[in-house]
Amino acid sequence: MIEIIDLKKSFGPKHILRGVNLKIEDGKTMAVIGGSGTGKSTLIKCIIRLLEPDGGKILVNDKDITHIKSQIALAKLRRSFGYLFQEGALFDSLSVGENVVFGLKYLTDTPKADYAKIAKEKLALVGLKDIEHLRPSELSGGMKKRVSLARVLATEPKVILYDEPTSGLDPIMSEIINELIIDLKNKLGVTSIVITHDMKSAFEISDSMAMLYQGKVELCAPTKEFKESQNPYVKQFVQGLAKGPIQMQITN
Amino acid sequence: MFKSLGRIIIKFFTQLGQATSMVASCAFWLFKSPLEFNQTMQQTTKIGVESMVVATLTSLFTGMVLALQAGTTMRSILSEPLYIGTIVGFSLVRELGPVLTAFVVAGRAGAAVTAEIGTMQVTEQIDALHTLGTDPIRYLVIPRIIAFMIAIPVLTLCANFSGMFGGFIVSVKSLGVASNVYISDITTFISIDDLMHGFIKSCFFAFMIGVVCCYKGLWTRGGAEGVGKSTTQAVVTSMVLILVIDYFLTAILNSLGL
Repeated sequence: MIEIIDLKKSFGPKHILRGVNLKIEDGKTMAVIGGSGTGKSTLIKCIIRLLEPDGGKILVNDKDITHIKSQIALAKLRRSFGYLFQEGALFDSLSVGENVVFGLKYLTDTPKADYAKIAKEKLALVGLKDIEHLRPSELSGGMKKRVSLARVLATEPKVILYDEPTSGLDPIMSEIINELIIDLKNKLGVTSIVITHDMKSAFEISDSMAMLYQGKVELCAPTKEFKESQNPYVKQFVQGLAKGPIQMQITN
Repeated sequence: MFKSLGRIIIKFFTQLGQATSMVASCAFWLFKSPLEFNQTMQQTTKIGVESMVVATLTSLFTGMVLALQAGTTMRSILSEPLYIGTIVGFSLVRELGPVLTAFVVAGRAGAAVTAEIGTMQVTEQIDALHTLGTDPIRYLVIPRIIAFMIAIPVLTLCANFSGMFGGFIVSVKSLGVASNVYISDITTFISIDDLMHGFIKSCFFAFMIGVVCCYKGLWTRGGAEGVGKSTTQAVVTSMVLILVIDYFLTAILNSLGL
């Protein structure tokens, strides 16, 4: 279980997270929505400790990971996590196949002889085949994202943090990725936190949803309840309305 | 004025602290985990091959110019071009070889290293390294610093020979010095200590270039513009530091009798 208590993070004078409270049960998927700049990516970067929070606590299976300093302990923590970057973050200097199996060397004890087979398998899972030899620069944006997802899946993490997994993908591929996220939860019991702006995808894949607004959680509720919420901020965001309290706040 | 001076001083010490912390992390990972051998070899080859032609050409013509200038001066003072081999050899082995090679590598391979790591930083590839269980210091920085420390002394050696060969061509063909005289001028007066003097300098330069270029890459912020800025800063800082370190090293090594 991941528990976030009163999490705070600032960048200079900019207060991004102003006390976020969330709880994600094991094997469940939570979708986190919110406008640009509300701290969604900052939140998951704090969870995997790419960023160190300024205040509050992050508990992973009751263990406080908020202020771990040791590089070794951080590397250990990250063994159970996978992170899908918004733009893929594939290594330009490596081939697609090398990218997919990159984490195996550092995060697992998988023998090197199995790397090629695993790369093929994971790429097939995201609908790609025979591209192991290509370089990331030869791929389209959508393909990069799928290769990046294959890289995450290769190490079989217990928790996956998705930063906009369906952005830049066509509707069919978005649906395939959605089904994959659901499959990972159902078959392997993977816990997921999905940052997304894609409401259709969020409703489809999540067990619960949270909306961030001005650095705090505006609402966190089971997906069905969230969908029917009368909270004006949530309603405006979910329905994509130009007029509403969020815009009023911007205008003011 | 005091405000901006204070800001400059704070920035300087912040960067110095960050670079020192990076070097400390290098020491930590060097003892805690196995060396990324393939990366180190790839980088050594890349840095060496990339800079070989420019380094040897620069040194070749420097040797030629040195011989020409020394020959002309000696002829006007002593009526004969004496000790041209010694002048060219000493200048190259103790000073110009290490400094010019370090300049060339900083401008060529150092810039490439900063641009590569900087691009990785702004495209979240550095974050990806963390999430995939490794550390950029271990995977990127240590192999590159070691690569610089292998490649630069070797390149310096090649540059020394190339420069002396340049001097040889000018001395023999243009100044009329006998080839055996030029060679004996070098072999008689240049000792192992002189070679060590140059070698020690090139090792220090290599370490400094590696640290500066990797540091500037890792601390790149602000997209493509940031990568450009970091690259320029890395090259300029490296070049200035080469000259500063050169002076102090020369003073120290001379006092040690090298």
